[in-house]
Amino acid sequence: MAETVLETTGLTMRFGGVVATDNVNFSLKARELRCLIGPNGAGKSTFFKCITGLLTPSEGQVFMRNQETTGWHPHEVASLGVGIKTQVPNVMDGLTVVENIWMAARRFMPSKEASDKAQDVIERLALGSIAKAELGRLAHGERQRVELGLVVAADPWLVLLDEPAAGMTAGDVDRMSAIIDEMTRTAAVVIVEHDMQFIRSIASTVTVFHQGAILMEDHVDKVMADPIVRNVYLGKKA
Amino acid sequence: MSRSWGRQDAATIVAAIVLIWLMPLLISTYTLTVLVIYGMLALSLGLIWGFGGILCFGQAAFFGLGAYTYAIAAINVGESTLPMILAVFVPALFAALLGAMMFYGRLTDVYLGVITLVVTLILFKFVNSSAGPQYVIGEARLGGFNGIPGFHTLNIPGQPDEYIWGDALYYVCAVALLAVYFLVTWLLRSSFGRIAIGIRENETRVSLMGYDVRARKTILFAIGAAIAGLAGALFANWGEIVTPGLFSLGQSAEIIIWCIVGGLGTRLGPIIGAAGLAYLKFLLGQQSLIDNTLIMGIILVLFVLFLPKGIVPAVASLWKASFGRRSGRKSARRRHMRRVDSANG
Amino acid sequence: MDLSFVILVEIFYAVASLALISAGLAVVFGMMKVINLAHGEFMMMGGYATITAVQLGVNVFVAMLIIAPLIVGLIGLVVERLVIRHLYGRLVDTMLATWGLSLFFIGMATMIFGNTTTSITTPITGFAVGDYQINGYNFFIFFVSAVLLISMYVLLKTTRLGLIARGTMQRSDIAAALGYSPDRIYMATFFCGSALSGLAGAVLAPLVGLVPTSGGAYIAKAFITVIAGGPSLIVGLISSSSLFGVVNQIFTFGISPVFGDVALLIAAVILLRLLPQGVTGKFFKGKM
Repeated sequence: MAETVLETTGLTMRFGGVVATDNVNFSLKARELRCLIGPNGAGKSTFFKCITGLLTPSEGQVFMRNQETTGWHPHEVASLGVGIKTQVPNVMDGLTVVENIWMAARRFMPSKEASDKAQDVIERLALGSIAKAELGRLAHGERQRVELGLVVAADPWLVLLDEPAAGMTAGDVDRMSAIIDEMTRTAAVVIVEHDMQFIRSIASTVTVFHQGAILMEDHVDKVMADPIVRNVYLGKKA
Repeated sequence: MSRSWGRQDAATIVAAIVLIWLMPLLISTYTLTVLVIYGMLALSLGLIWGFGGILCFGQAAFFGLGAYTYAIAAINVGESTLPMILAVFVPALFAALLGAMMFYGRLTDVYLGVITLVVTLILFKFVNSSAGPQYVIGEARLGGFNGIPGFHTLNIPGQPDEYIWGDALYYVCAVALLAVYFLVTWLLRSSFGRIAIGIRENETRVSLMGYDVRARKTILFAIGAAIAGLAGALFANWGEIVTPGLFSLGQSAEIIIWCIVGGLGTRLGPIIGAAGLAYLKFLLGQQSLIDNTLIMGIILVLFVLFLPKGIVPAVASLWKASFGRRSGRKSARRRHMRRVDSANG
Repeated sequence: MDLSFVILVEIFYAVASLALISAGLAVVFGMMKVINLAHGEFMMMGGYATITAVQLGVNVFVAMLIIAPLIVGLIGLVVERLVIRHLYGRLVDTMLATWGLSLFFIGMATMIFGNTTTSITTPITGFAVGDYQINGYNFFIFFVSAVLLISMYVLLKTTRLGLIARGTMQRSDIAAALGYSPDRIYMATFFCGSALSGLAGAVLAPLVGLVPTSGGAYIAKAFITVIAGGPSLIVGLISSSSLFGVVNQIFTFGISPVFGDVALLIAAVILLRLLPQGVTGKFFKGKM
């Protein structure tokens, strides 16, 4: 039985009178791949922000490798070895791809090794042709890929990705799937995603959020076949 | 870029030494000294603003604090070495406390501007009204708007009677500026400096990488204040009097103008901006047709509108463009196009 | 008894003058998210406009309440067209450019009026309460700023123009999408804001000797009052100027006027540290 790397108990977040996530109990094993889905406003992004420390939950606890991280700052969470990618691409536009990735690696190793690590990541993610380019000049898909590179460079054991495939071309999405596949060899991965095509392609266990709570949790095919899920999510979307 | 570092540094030192040696032939050392000091002051803001993204409207506060610390300590101690050290550390400590308060409270942009501006005003008002005999630190009277005159000026360390003044003070200041310049260069090449640039580019991303942005900004802010404090202490030695005007908003505005005109995100830009504009002001001071402040104001507005990146980056890219193609006509056209670009942007 | 009355009047005066000083800046910041660092110089110009008009034989109230706001409003209009309009959406750049403008106007005033103190006498005489002399003009300032705030409230709340203005304040992009030209709204706003600054400078001019650098004394106070007030224009203005006015007067009477100013500034720093969104960002949400 694999170790539990991420767990939340009774996680609740209120904004004024609105309950965005309601008493969520969630757990994730090492090297597991999990997608969070749900209609807009289901609370999955709020849940994501509570785990990463971008928001402090109103109630409940977050544990990472059995250590409580409730209310920690994002930098403290990241320092544990957690790789985070936010919904909007968060990269350093004025710096080159190498400099971006070097900085991510530098947090966990000396400068020289970080340079080697950056080269390594650039090769693995096939970023060689744009390595010296400034991020601000790159296309959306390339920026997303660089941001994944920032996550990979830190050798995380837990990866949290918020809509990594948003706004990408089909080719980009395939490449993304391959990278995520490689990540799961060493890390547990949580992905918040809308794109069902993409979720199918990486074929994982899915947690469905609805009205701030977890509706069901199962393999993607079963979830898609479930009439309740179709009703709240797919039905409404069509 | 990394391969040419060694050669570039050597070239900088040679150029600096030649400049330090030749400039007194053109301008009196008395004027040069203050230009050098202003260059150092501008570099202090250039570091935290241009590379750290911290817009401080109150860099004059640290400059003034350095000058006052030096003056007060020099009166009490009777020699200059300890006061010089204090003049660096007191502003740094003050900035560390102020910075911690601001950055740990996640204040950004406008709020940072408000608080630094307000703190400068508080210091100015307080010092300006400290004329009464009750405002004494040790043997030094703060003197209110009259300032503090008659303190012990710079001496050779360990020999309180060997004063450094006139030409010697100029060379000391120039070498100090060169030292600070290389300190800043070294800092920016270190991991700390590179991460500071990352924070300027995207604070959230850097914190998601696991860096404590708040602590890093506070440290950078304190380093900037230390440099400003050193400039303040040298200024006190040059002027042989310190007055509340050092803390004034006008002084803060000038530091910002120097940085904008010279160019943010460069090390040389603020120094050139400061020396150039201060010299311009000195020349303008000899005529009474047009008011000085008015010209400074126009310069600031024009640069913000038409050349927000400043002179040094513009010249650098022009240099690159003409170096690459060797065609003078092309580079002239590029310059024209860039003007149009920045006017539209 | 007499003393407490005097202190009460002084506190009311301090609050009213803070609101008056800040109104112009608040309108421009609230509507356009532009911090006009030349605000103090706009006030200074309002003062000079009044004094010049009075010297030319115009009635002092006409000069203060009509001529000064008009002139400064027009100057503001020119400034908006020439400079500010190119910098919308770039908060820091507008702050820097308007700081440049402030230096420009200081220089201009120095060249025209010289670096000496100019003043006019207060048009309303004072009266005595027991042993204390009260400046009757304080009541005038209180009156002007009350009328100003009430008419701003009525204008925003009841007129069509006010509705457009409130809409622009909340979401300028949506207002633009509904067909209201932001360009014209901003132009009008900057005119109004400048006119308010001119009015404030004019009304306060008889109380202070005017020098070209007078603006510097106002800008910081106005700046912190507006920022500390937060997003709601009128409620923010009233609450933060009340808070700062009271703090200022307590320390002025307790220690000295300088400490009053210092205490005000320190209070602002503490407040911003505790409530970075300003008073109305935390309380009175959604009010005007």
